Amino acid sequence: MTGIAVIDYGMGNLRSMAKALEYVGARNVVVTADAETVARAERVVFPGQGAVRDCMSALQRSELIDVLGQTAAKRPFLGVCMGMQALMSVSEENEGVRALDLLPGSVRHFRHLSTAHQKLKIPHMGWNSLCWVREHPLWKGIEAGAWFYFVHSYYVAPADEHLVLAQAEYGATFAAAIGKDNIFATQFHPEKSQQAGLRLLENFIRWDG
Amino acid sequence: MGLAKRIIPCLDVNAGRVVKGVRFVDLRDAGDPVAIAREYDRAGADELVFLDITASHEQRDTMLHVVEAVASEVFIPLTVGGGIRTLADIRRLLNAGADKIAINTAAVEHPQLVTEAATRVGSQCIVVAVDAKRVSEAIAPPRWSVYTHGGRRPTELDAVAWSRRMAEDGAGEILLTSMDRDGTKLGFDLELTRAVSEGAGVPVIASGGAGNLAHLIDGVRLGLADAVLAASIFHFGEFTIQQAKAVMAEHSIEVRR
Repeated sequence: MTGIAVIDYGMGNLRSMAKALEYVGARNVVVTADAETVARAERVVFPGQGAVRDCMSALQRSELIDVLGQTAAKRPFLGVCMGMQALMSVSEENEGVRALDLLPGSVRHFRHLSTAHQKLKIPHMGWNSLCWVREHPLWKGIEAGAWFYFVHSYYVAPADEHLVLAQAEYGATFAAAIGKDNIFATQFHPEKSQQAGLRLLENFIRWDG
Repeated sequence: MGLAKRIIPCLDVNAGRVVKGVRFVDLRDAGDPVAIAREYDRAGADELVFLDITASHEQRDTMLHVVEAVASEVFIPLTVGGGIRTLADIRRLLNAGADKIAINTAAVEHPQLVTEAATRVGSQCIVVAVDAKRVSEAIAPPRWSVYTHGGRRPTELDAVAWSRRMAEDGAGEILLTSMDRDGTKLGFDLELTRAVSEGAGVPVIASGGAGNLAHLIDGVRLGLADAVLAASIFHFGEFTIQQAKAVMAEHSIEVRR
């Protein structure tokens, strides 16, 4: 039985995610694009980088869209970066792309937060510190203000502010982590965030959702 | 709080071994990339850059093994550069565990590689490395030209315009090296760094010339760099990463500590 399925849709560096999960003690980590393997996994990690449009078409090609919806409804489910953005209803990139619509809200470009007074470099790249908004089992053992590694040009604007678990600051405050029921999603990369990130992944592999 | 300025040690790797040596107290093997990466991770480095200076093509695959080994143990961003020519090279390194790939000569020879790579793997993975050398007369307005092939070949390209173009074409970051300052320990070329940083719209890593901690501060405050790259000042134990961060924080620069 697959312990953790790391969804592979051909974008970005998935090896680091699998290695980080193994490093914190996860067993049977499989990097896969196979819908049946994903459906049978105890936990699902949905990582990724790049653009929502490419992500959605890759998911379609691999026939992963339905299974992602099903597992996100009942298994501990971790979305990371693009895997967070793709959970939302819609992204404004490429003049509007429908996403998985598992959580209500949209994905917006940082240029909206860039002003003549404060010109933002895009992507938002590097270490930023989190401000907790809500308690969550996955924050256990992580200090307030902990630093995490981000790299993204778009950010998530949830329709329901109760989804927001943590915020970070870049031009304005944006959602750094969101969650609902058994879904937990981060804009930052826990697999690249040293001790704090590893702790979050360790919390995830012990979380019942 | 907000986005921290990054400190990035850079390691030159030849045939799988770190060259020039790195002196850490607890390090037995000064050439072992995994041990060095582990030490820098522990010391608080924000990212690592591995520059493959392997001359022979046959030995290039050793870099893949280095990246695999480092990425299995060190969970901070890894950038790999040196000799990358094709999309297949980029994919192989990403699959081995690299997070970002720095392209230099190939970007000049085939600019469409940057666009294509950014489309396929995302801008966040693509760093364009720009080696720049001042070509203007002392009293004239400053101008810098882009050099390729490890700084051996001049081009007609203006470094500021080229950096901007690369960002527009899909580079997610510019790794900017002043060839005039590289190895001098006289500090970064701040005019160059500032011109590129203001023009490019993407994060800029300042490189070439860092000789003390004040240079790092200048790179950020006067050069407007988003990250500072340094080799010798850390490798030979002159300063620790934490000392650098402490001094930067004293100067009101946001750093991860």
